[in-house]
Amino acid sequence: MADVFDRVKEIIVERLDVDESKVTEGASFKDDLEADSLDVVELVMELEDEFDMEISDEEAEKINTVGDAVSYINSTQ
Amino acid sequence: MLNGKTALVTGASRGIGRAIAMELGKQGANVVVNYSGSKDKADAVVEEIKAMGNGDNAISIQANVADSTEVKDLIKTTVDTFGSVDILVNNAGITRDNLLMRMKEEEFDEVIDTNLKGVFNCIKGVTRQMMKQRSGKIINLASVVGVTGNPGQVNYVAAKAGVIGMTKSVAKELAARNINVNAVAPGFISTDMTEGLSEEAKDQMYDMIPLNRLGEPEDVAKVVRFLATDDANYVTGQTIHVDGGMVM
Repeated sequence: MADVFDRVKEIIVERLDVDESKVTEGASFKDDLEADSLDVVELVMELEDEFDMEISDEEAEKINTVGDAVSYINSTQ
Repeated sequence: MLNGKTALVTGASRGIGRAIAMELGKQGANVVVNYSGSKDKADAVVEEIKAMGNGDNAISIQANVADSTEVKDLIKTTVDTFGSVDILVNNAGITRDNLLMRMKEEEFDEVIDTNLKGVFNCIKGVTRQMMKQRSGKIINLASVVGVTGNPGQVNYVAAKAGVIGMTKSVAKELAARNINVNAVAPGFISTDMTEGLSEEAKDQMYDMIPLNRLGEPEDVAKVVRFLATDDANYVTGQTIHVDGGMVM
Protein backbone atom coordinates (compact mmCIF):
# COMPACT_ATOMS: atom_id res chain seq x y z
CA MET A 1 0.00 0.00 0.00
CA ALA A 2 1.28 3.45 -0.94
CA ASP A 3 2.35 5.63 1.94
CA VAL A 4 0.12 8.31 3.39
CA PHE A 5 1.69 11.18 1.45
CA ASP A 6 1.18 9.45 -1.90
CA ARG A 7 -2.44 8.61 -1.13
CA VAL A 8 -3.12 12.18 -0.02
CA LYS A 9 -1.38 13.53 -3.11
CA GLU A 10 -3.45 11.39 -5.42
CA ILE A 11 -6.67 12.73 -3.89
CA ILE A 12 -5.47 16.33 -4.12
CA VAL A 13 -4.39 16.01 -7.74
CA GLU A 14 -7.72 14.54 -8.69
CA ARG A 15 -9.93 16.84 -6.61
CA LEU A 16 -8.16 20.15 -7.24
CA ASP A 17 -7.04 19.31 -10.74
CA VAL A 18 -3.47 20.50 -10.11
CA ASP A 19 -0.14 19.30 -11.43
CA GLU A 20 1.43 16.53 -9.33
CA SER A 21 4.69 18.48 -9.01
CA LYS A 22 2.92 21.27 -7.15
CA VAL A 23 1.75 18.95 -4.38
CA THR A 24 4.63 19.15 -1.90
CA GLU A 25 4.57 18.82 1.88
CA GLY A 26 4.84 22.58 2.27
CA ALA A 27 2.17 23.49 -0.30
CA SER A 28 -0.71 25.53 1.12
CA PHE A 29 -4.12 24.46 -0.17
CA LYS A 30 -5.37 28.00 -0.52
CA ASP A 31 -2.20 29.85 -1.55
CA ASP A 32 -0.37 27.30 -3.68
CA LEU A 33 -3.05 24.92 -4.88
CA GLU A 34 -5.79 27.48 -5.55
CA ALA A 35 -8.38 25.77 -3.38
CA ASP A 36 -11.22 27.81 -1.93
CA SER A 37 -12.55 27.13 1.55
CA LEU A 38 -15.26 24.82 0.25
CA ASP A 39 -12.63 22.81 -1.66
CA VAL A 40 -10.71 22.31 1.57
CA VAL A 41 -13.84 21.15 3.41
CA GLU A 42 -14.42 18.69 0.61
CA LEU A 43 -10.83 17.46 0.62
CA VAL A 44 -11.10 16.78 4.34
CA MET A 45 -14.28 14.78 3.66
CA GLU A 46 -12.47 12.69 1.08
CA LEU A 47 -9.51 12.11 3.36
CA GLU A 48 -11.95 10.93 6.04
CA ASP A 49 -13.35 8.39 3.60
CA GLU A 50 -9.97 7.31 2.23
CA PHE A 51 -8.46 6.77 5.68
CA ASP A 52 -11.69 5.68 7.35
CA MET A 53 -11.53 8.24 10.12
CA GLU A 54 -13.33 11.30 11.40
CA ILE A 55 -11.59 14.65 11.49
CA SER A 56 -13.26 17.05 13.94
CA ASP A 57 -14.07 20.58 12.81
CA GLU A 58 -11.44 21.92 15.22
CA GLU A 59 -8.73 19.69 13.75
CA ALA A 60 -9.87 20.35 10.19
CA GLU A 61 -9.45 24.08 10.68
CA LYS A 62 -5.77 23.55 11.48
CA ILE A 63 -5.11 21.77 8.19
CA ASN A 64 -3.68 24.41 5.87
CA THR A 65 -0.93 22.60 4.01
CA VAL A 66 -0.45 19.17 2.47
CA GLY A 67 2.02 18.41 5.26
CA ASP A 68 -0.59 19.32 7.92
CA ALA A 69 -2.97 16.76 6.45
CA VAL A 70 -0.31 14.04 6.20
CA SER A 71 0.99 14.51 9.73
CA TYR A 72 -2.52 14.60 11.17
CA ILE A 73 -3.37 11.34 9.43
CA ASN A 74 -0.06 9.76 10.53
CA SER A 75 -0.79 10.76 14.12
CA THR A 76 -4.02 8.81 14.10
CA GLN A 77 -2.98 5.66 12.25
CA MET B 1 -39.72 12.22 -13.59
CA LEU B 2 -37.94 11.50 -10.33
CA ASN B 3 -37.22 7.82 -10.82
CA GLY B 4 -34.16 6.71 -8.90
CA LYS B 5 -34.02 9.91 -6.84
CA THR B 6 -34.40 9.85 -3.08
CA ALA B 7 -36.38 12.55 -1.29
CA LEU B 8 -36.41 13.24 2.42
CA VAL B 9 -39.48 15.21 3.53
CA THR B 10 -39.56 16.40 7.14
CA GLY B 11 -42.87 16.65 8.96
CA ALA B 12 -44.56 14.58 6.28
CA SER B 13 -47.26 12.82 8.27
CA ARG B 14 -49.92 15.42 7.49
CA GLY B 15 -50.81 18.72 5.84
CA ILE B 16 -48.47 20.22 3.28
CA GLY B 17 -45.64 17.78 4.07
CA ARG B 18 -47.90 14.84 3.40
CA ALA B 19 -48.99 16.30 0.05
CA ILE B 20 -45.34 16.87 -0.91
CA ALA B 21 -44.34 13.32 0.03
CA MET B 22 -47.24 11.94 -2.04
CA GLU B 23 -46.43 14.15 -5.04
CA LEU B 24 -42.74 13.19 -5.06
CA GLY B 25 -43.68 9.52 -4.60
CA LYS B 26 -46.09 9.79 -7.53
CA GLN B 27 -43.18 11.01 -9.68
CA GLY B 28 -41.27 7.84 -8.84
CA ALA B 29 -38.92 9.13 -6.14
CA ASN B 30 -37.98 7.05 -3.12
CA VAL B 31 -39.54 8.94 -0.23
CA VAL B 32 -38.57 9.14 3.41
CA VAL B 33 -41.60 10.26 5.39
CA ASN B 34 -40.15 11.88 8.49
CA TYR B 35 -42.41 12.49 11.46
CA SER B 36 -42.02 13.64 15.02
CA GLY B 37 -45.00 12.14 16.87
CA SER B 38 -47.65 10.80 14.48
CA LYS B 39 -46.32 7.34 13.59
CA ASP B 40 -49.69 5.98 12.47
CA LYS B 41 -50.28 8.88 10.12
CA ALA B 42 -46.75 8.68 8.73
CA ASP B 43 -47.13 4.94 8.10
CA ALA B 44 -50.43 5.63 6.33
CA VAL B 45 -48.63 8.08 4.00
CA VAL B 46 -45.99 5.41 3.31
CA GLU B 47 -48.71 2.90 2.38
CA GLU B 48 -50.42 5.41 0.10
CA ILE B 49 -47.16 6.13 -1.71
CA LYS B 50 -46.43 2.44 -2.17
CA ALA B 51 -49.96 1.91 -3.48
CA MET B 52 -49.18 4.25 -6.40
CA GLY B 53 -47.28 1.36 -7.92
CA ASN B 54 -43.72 2.64 -8.06
CA GLY B 55 -42.55 -0.24 -5.92
CA ASP B 56 -41.30 -0.43 -2.37
CA ASN B 57 -40.29 3.22 -2.48
CA ALA B 58 -41.25 4.74 0.86
CA ILE B 59 -40.36 4.42 4.52
CA SER B 60 -41.20 6.40 7.64
CA ILE B 61 -38.53 7.54 10.10
CA GLN B 62 -39.12 9.23 13.45
CA ALA B 63 -36.88 12.18 14.27
CA ASN B 64 -37.19 15.57 15.91
CA VAL B 65 -35.48 18.00 13.51
CA ALA B 66 -34.57 20.33 16.39
CA ASP B 67 -32.20 17.60 17.67
CA SER B 68 -29.02 17.41 15.58
CA THR B 69 -28.20 13.88 16.76
CA GLU B 70 -31.60 12.59 15.69
CA VAL B 71 -31.16 14.36 12.35
CA LYS B 72 -27.81 12.63 11.77
CA ASP B 73 -29.46 9.26 12.35
CA LEU B 74 -32.36 10.22 10.08
CA ILE B 75 -30.02 11.03 7.21
CA LYS B 76 -27.84 8.01 7.80
CA THR B 77 -30.85 5.72 7.70
CA THR B 78 -32.04 7.45 4.52
CA VAL B 79 -28.72 6.92 2.74
CA ASP B 80 -28.33 3.37 4.09
CA THR B 81 -31.81 2.47 2.84
CA PHE B 82 -31.90 4.13 -0.57
CA GLY B 83 -28.22 4.80 -1.34
CA SER B 84 -28.44 8.57 -1.73
CA VAL B 85 -30.33 11.68 -0.77
CA ASP B 86 -31.07 13.86 -3.77
CA ILE B 87 -33.93 16.01 -2.52
CA LEU B 88 -34.41 17.51 0.93
CA VAL B 89 -37.71 19.19 1.73
CA ASN B 90 -37.60 21.07 5.02
CA ASN B 91 -41.25 21.18 5.90
CA ALA B 92 -41.46 20.33 9.61
CA GLY B 93 -42.84 23.25 11.56
CA ILE B 94 -44.87 24.17 14.60
CA THR B 95 -46.76 27.23 15.83
CA ARG B 96 -47.00 28.67 19.32
CA ASP B 97 -48.99 31.81 18.56
CA ASN B 98 -49.28 34.55 21.12
CA LEU B 99 -49.14 38.30 21.29
CA LEU B 100 -45.65 39.60 21.87
CA MET B 101 -46.61 40.89 25.30
CA ARG B 102 -47.94 37.47 26.28
CA MET B 103 -45.37 35.29 24.55
CA LYS B 104 -43.25 33.17 26.85
CA GLU B 105 -39.58 32.68 26.19
CA GLU B 106 -40.22 28.93 25.79
CA GLU B 107 -42.79 29.60 23.09
CA PHE B 108 -40.27 31.67 21.20
CA ASP B 109 -37.47 29.12 21.61
CA GLU B 110 -39.57 26.09 20.66
CA VAL B 111 -40.61 27.63 17.36
CA ILE B 112 -37.09 28.84 16.52
CA ASP B 113 -35.61 25.44 17.43
CA THR B 114 -37.92 23.47 15.16
CA ASN B 115 -38.67 25.91 12.35
CA LEU B 116 -35.26 27.55 11.96
CA LYS B 117 -32.57 25.47 13.65
CA GLY B 118 -34.31 22.33 12.40
CA VAL B 119 -33.78 23.54 8.83
CA PHE B 120 -30.12 24.26 9.58
CA ASN B 121 -29.66 20.78 11.10
CA CYS B 122 -31.16 19.02 8.10
CA ILE B 123 -29.30 21.10 5.51
CA LYS B 124 -26.01 20.57 7.30
CA GLY B 125 -26.75 16.88 7.56
CA VAL B 126 -27.38 16.30 3.85
CA THR B 127 -24.69 18.63 2.52
CA ARG B 128 -21.86 16.14 2.80
CA GLN B 129 -23.77 13.56 0.78
CA MET B 130 -24.97 16.09 -1.81
CA MET B 131 -21.47 17.57 -2.23
CA LYS B 132 -20.14 14.10 -2.92
CA GLN B 133 -22.94 13.46 -5.39
CA ARG B 134 -22.24 16.82 -7.03
CA SER B 135 -25.98 17.38 -7.16
CA GLY B 136 -28.91 18.04 -4.92
CA LYS B 137 -32.10 19.98 -4.46
CA ILE B 138 -32.96 21.59 -1.14
CA ILE B 139 -36.42 23.10 -0.76
CA ASN B 140 -37.36 24.98 2.39
CA LEU B 141 -40.94 25.71 3.36
CA ALA B 142 -41.11 29.34 4.41
CA SER B 143 -44.33 31.38 4.59
CA VAL B 144 -45.56 34.65 3.15
CA VAL B 145 -45.82 35.95 6.73
CA GLY B 146 -42.02 35.72 6.79
CA VAL B 147 -42.14 38.49 4.19
CA THR B 148 -45.11 40.54 5.44
CA GLY B 149 -45.07 39.99 9.20
CA ASN B 150 -48.13 38.88 11.16
CA PRO B 151 -49.42 39.95 14.56
CA GLY B 152 -49.44 37.18 17.15
CA GLN B 153 -46.68 35.25 15.41
CA VAL B 154 -43.40 37.02 16.14
CA ASN B 155 -41.70 33.68 16.79
CA TYR B 156 -43.06 31.96 13.66
CA VAL B 157 -42.46 34.98 11.45
CA ALA B 158 -38.89 35.42 12.74
CA ALA B 159 -38.20 31.76 11.98
CA LYS B 160 -39.73 31.92 8.49
CA ALA B 161 -37.90 35.14 7.61
CA GLY B 162 -34.77 33.41 8.87
CA VAL B 163 -35.43 30.47 6.57
CA ILE B 164 -35.64 32.81 3.58
CA GLY B 165 -32.27 34.35 4.48
CA MET B 166 -30.74 30.95 5.13
CA THR B 167 -31.99 29.77 1.74
CA LYS B 168 -30.10 32.57 0.00
CA SER B 169 -26.86 32.04 1.95
CA VAL B 170 -26.80 28.31 1.44
CA ALA B 171 -27.70 28.75 -2.23
CA LYS B 172 -24.58 30.90 -2.64
CA GLU B 173 -22.35 28.53 -0.67
CA LEU B 174 -23.38 25.38 -2.48
CA ALA B 175 -23.99 26.65 -6.01
CA ALA B 176 -20.48 25.63 -7.05
CA ARG B 177 -21.37 22.05 -6.13
CA ASN B 178 -24.48 21.97 -8.26
CA ILE B 179 -26.85 22.07 -5.32
CA ASN B 180 -29.95 24.22 -5.75
CA VAL B 181 -31.55 25.75 -2.68
CA ASN B 182 -34.94 27.43 -2.86
CA ALA B 183 -37.81 28.33 -0.61
CA VAL B 184 -41.54 28.02 -1.13
CA ALA B 185 -43.70 30.46 0.78
CA PRO B 186 -47.31 29.34 1.10
CA GLY B 187 -50.09 31.76 1.91
CA PHE B 188 -53.34 30.50 3.44
CA ILE B 189 -53.51 26.78 2.77
CA SER B 190 -56.34 24.64 4.08
CA THR B 191 -54.67 22.39 6.66
CA ASP B 192 -55.12 21.63 10.34
CA MET B 193 -53.27 24.88 11.00
CA THR B 194 -55.94 27.01 9.28
CA GLU B 195 -58.97 24.78 9.91
CA GLY B 196 -59.51 26.21 13.37
CA LEU B 197 -60.21 29.70 12.05
CA SER B 198 -63.70 31.19 12.26
CA GLU B 199 -65.84 31.79 9.15
CA GLU B 200 -65.47 35.49 9.76
CA ALA B 201 -61.70 35.25 9.81
CA LYS B 202 -61.81 33.19 6.62
CA ASP B 203 -64.00 35.79 4.89
CA GLN B 204 -61.48 38.44 5.80
CA MET B 205 -58.76 36.28 4.32
CA TYR B 206 -60.58 35.86 1.01
CA ASP B 207 -60.66 39.64 0.64
CA MET B 208 -56.87 39.64 0.77
CA ILE B 209 -56.42 36.86 -1.79
CA PRO B 210 -56.83 37.90 -5.45
CA LEU B 211 -57.60 34.30 -6.46
CA ASN B 212 -60.33 34.38 -3.78
CA ARG B 213 -59.85 30.95 -2.25
CA LEU B 214 -57.66 29.10 0.19
CA GLY B 215 -54.85 27.10 -1.33
CA GLU B 216 -54.76 23.31 -1.14
CA PRO B 217 -51.69 21.41 0.08
CA GLU B 218 -51.40 20.04 -3.46
CA ASP B 219 -50.96 23.59 -4.82
CA VAL B 220 -47.80 23.84 -2.73
CA ALA B 221 -46.68 20.28 -3.46
CA LYS B 222 -46.69 20.84 -7.22
CA VAL B 223 -44.36 23.84 -6.93
CA VAL B 224 -42.06 21.82 -4.68
CA ARG B 225 -42.12 19.03 -7.25
CA PHE B 226 -41.00 21.49 -9.96
CA LEU B 227 -38.12 22.72 -7.79
CA ALA B 228 -37.11 19.12 -7.09
CA THR B 229 -36.76 18.19 -10.77
CA ASP B 230 -34.07 18.96 -13.35
CA ASP B 231 -36.51 21.46 -14.86
CA ALA B 232 -35.44 23.83 -12.08
CA ASN B 233 -31.68 23.41 -12.56
CA TYR B 234 -31.20 27.13 -13.26
CA VAL B 235 -33.27 28.31 -10.29
CA THR B 236 -31.55 28.86 -6.95
CA GLY B 237 -31.82 31.16 -3.93
CA GLN B 238 -35.43 32.04 -4.74
CA THR B 239 -38.53 32.24 -2.60
CA ILE B 240 -41.60 31.31 -4.60
CA HIS B 241 -44.92 32.47 -3.21
CA VAL B 242 -47.83 30.06 -3.50
CA ASP B 243 -50.51 32.28 -2.08
CA GLY B 244 -53.15 33.09 -4.68
CA GLY B 245 -51.51 36.45 -5.26
CA MET B 246 -51.84 37.64 -1.68
CA VAL B 247 -48.31 39.04 -1.45
CA MET B 248 -46.78 40.61 -4.52
